[in-house]
Amino acid sequence: MKRTLLSLGLIASLLFVFACERKGGPGAGGNSGPIVIGYYGDLTGRTSNFGQSTKNGVEMAADEINKAGGINGRQVTILSEDDEGRPEKAATVVTKLIDQDRVVALLGEVASGNTLAAAPKAQAAKVPMISPSSTNPAVTQVGDYISRVCFIDPFQGAVMAKFAANTLKAKKAAIMLDFNSPYSRGLTEFFEASFTKLGGQIVNKQSYTQGDRDYKGQLTAIRSTNPDVIYVPGYYGEVGVIAKQAKQLDIKAPMLGGDGWDSTQLWDLGGDALNGDYISNHYSVDDPSPAIQKFVAAYKARNGNVPDALAALGYDAMMVLADSIKRAGTTEGPQLKDAIAATKNFIGVTGTISLDSERNAVKPAVVLKLQDKKYIYVETIYPEGMSAPATSPAAPATSSTESTTAPGSSPANPGTAPAPAKAASPAVETKKPAASPQ
Amino acid sequence: MDTFVQQLINGLTIGAIYALIALGYTMVYGILRLINFAHGDIYMVGAFVGYFLAFQLGFATGPSLVGLGVVLIGSMIAAALVGMAIERFAYRPIRKYARMTTLITAIGVSLLIENLFVARLGAAPRAFPQLLREQSYTLFGNAAISKSQILIFAVSVALMILLQWVIFKTKVGTAMRAVSFNLNSAKLMGINTDFIISFTFALGSALAAAGGVLTAQYNPQIDPLMGIITGLKAFVAAVLGGIGNVPGAVLGGLLIGIAETFVVGYGQNVGVPTTFRDAVAFAILILVLLFRPTGLLGSTVREKV
Repeated sequence: MKRTLLSLGLIASLLFVFACERKGGPGAGGNSGPIVIGYYGDLTGRTSNFGQSTKNGVEMAADEINKAGGINGRQVTILSEDDEGRPEKAATVVTKLIDQDRVVALLGEVASGNTLAAAPKAQAAKVPMISPSSTNPAVTQVGDYISRVCFIDPFQGAVMAKFAANTLKAKKAAIMLDFNSPYSRGLTEFFEASFTKLGGQIVNKQSYTQGDRDYKGQLTAIRSTNPDVIYVPGYYGEVGVIAKQAKQLDIKAPMLGGDGWDSTQLWDLGGDALNGDYISNHYSVDDPSPAIQKFVAAYKARNGNVPDALAALGYDAMMVLADSIKRAGTTEGPQLKDAIAATKNFIGVTGTISLDSERNAVKPAVVLKLQDKKYIYVETIYPEGMSAPATSPAAPATSSTESTTAPGSSPANPGTAPAPAKAASPAVETKKPAASPQ
Repeated sequence: MDTFVQQLINGLTIGAIYALIALGYTMVYGILRLINFAHGDIYMVGAFVGYFLAFQLGFATGPSLVGLGVVLIGSMIAAALVGMAIERFAYRPIRKYARMTTLITAIGVSLLIENLFVARLGAAPRAFPQLLREQSYTLFGNAAISKSQILIFAVSVALMILLQWVIFKTKVGTAMRAVSFNLNSAKLMGINTDFIISFTFALGSALAAAGGVLTAQYNPQIDPLMGIITGLKAFVAAVLGGIGNVPGAVLGGLLIGIAETFVVGYGQNVGVPTTFRDAVAFAILILVLLFRPTGLLGSTVREKV
């Protein structure tokens, strides 16, 4: 009954939005006055840490741009909308940003499911959208106005599979996925494919849905198959609890995850149970490179906490957009989207950003170890060609293809890629001892 | 075998929580013939009161048994007051109207509480502080039981015994039973029925709040909408056991908990995906209503129209 009331309310609000005519707003056309950019994200819902961090990164970038004189002499204004982490709300707020506020470009979302709901609106209205951190491949397949500044799941899933098989020497893996999340399903698919190719075996696969309160049923089933590692490609809210309940069941196998784990709340929920787990992520705050340390210090001074990867990606997305507007010389959608797609070797906090023909960034990933509320850098894993990642178990042998297919992430850019001092070894995997926490 | 015992422990743990909440549904139904749909939200209120108490009183910094006791009892008292207030201001004024009116009011109260909390605190889940030093014990070879699970069993059994004592051994319990037989006759016998109804709401709400705090020790994630699904399942548990019947609510809660866990643990072997865990409770509800509307322990229906 509550559901019915809820959906009636939603229909009413949708009708209201559609009923609003596209009227001149603050950002209406023209090549003078402030440049209005729309940001949408989850500011109050289940994944609100994501939305808040990204928003902080975007706003910090906009402030820096404005202090430096704006883009082509024009100031940047960010209009933020809260989608509460719900796909249908994401579509609604993006429609509002486009039709009422007449933004010239959109930044968002973090969760792939929400970006997928909003992207068709941007594509239809010919408003370029850059997602800072949605990693599901389908996101940019919505159309040529949609791009992103992060790597995609086929790579991220393969990174963890490779790390599990090569570094942890795992033979048997179990998977626990968030059944309704495109992000989680995508990662599961690619982890599974890579891990089996590397000679591993998936011994058990369990699923949960966001908002579940008890995971012991699934974890007990996983425990009975004795896996070496458990891959949990979910979001922090559920993952923290899963880790805690796994330890209560005396499960000793480390859990592996993706960038969806990266949040301060993860530690409030999971606590010590998370020690010894590993995640793949976009960058490491411990990275000594000056570009990253400058960003970390500035972010800390502005927001009072250490930036997670989502803040860094939000910052990079805004910077790439500003750079593209500068190059396009206009904020008209068709020219702007071509300029975004042409981004090459842009030096960002999360690495050197070059967009491929599918408008996905080609970048390395870092593997971080979770220990006592810190993410400790373990190693960097480079893409070998985004279309078919991790095809060979003899990974280092394929390194020769790396410099041709992924120029942006080649080790020829010291200072921006997360692992320094690797120019001598263009291997697929570069190891480095854990950097001391700052 | 280990796995089976483990799944049984897992199922009984969540079942005990469902049972605590189901008791509130069944007691209120017993005396007022009202399905109090706001009851699931009282469970949520209990968890949030516990959360704020833990932070306000400084227990959030580390595990402490005293802190746990204070938080548990404090949130039970607060929830009892909230339950009494809901009864006084939402249900009592419309008690004389058709039963459907009260039912719809209950849904309204439920939505009101949820949205007040979302508006004030946001929908983002919060992390409940760990008040119990977590540790696991091994039984029967490989089956693990954690301290928070033992706590759930111990506290819920203690509360159920206490409830049984209140209902059968005290004066107010006798009055409650009298009111549940016939409200008007009880009133004619000189029982202050308004007080008894208020007391019943307080009792049920306190149990739900205990459920909320105990769950939060087991699964530290709390949010304003956590009471919806849990509340509905507890309602199914009450119907399964025979609504209005106190031991039935406990039995129903435990059965729902076990059924749910087994669907998750063994469903895949027979082609039932784990995501059916919520569906199973409602499938049970339909089957009960079709084949045994009085529930497992329910007596023959004394339908009063």
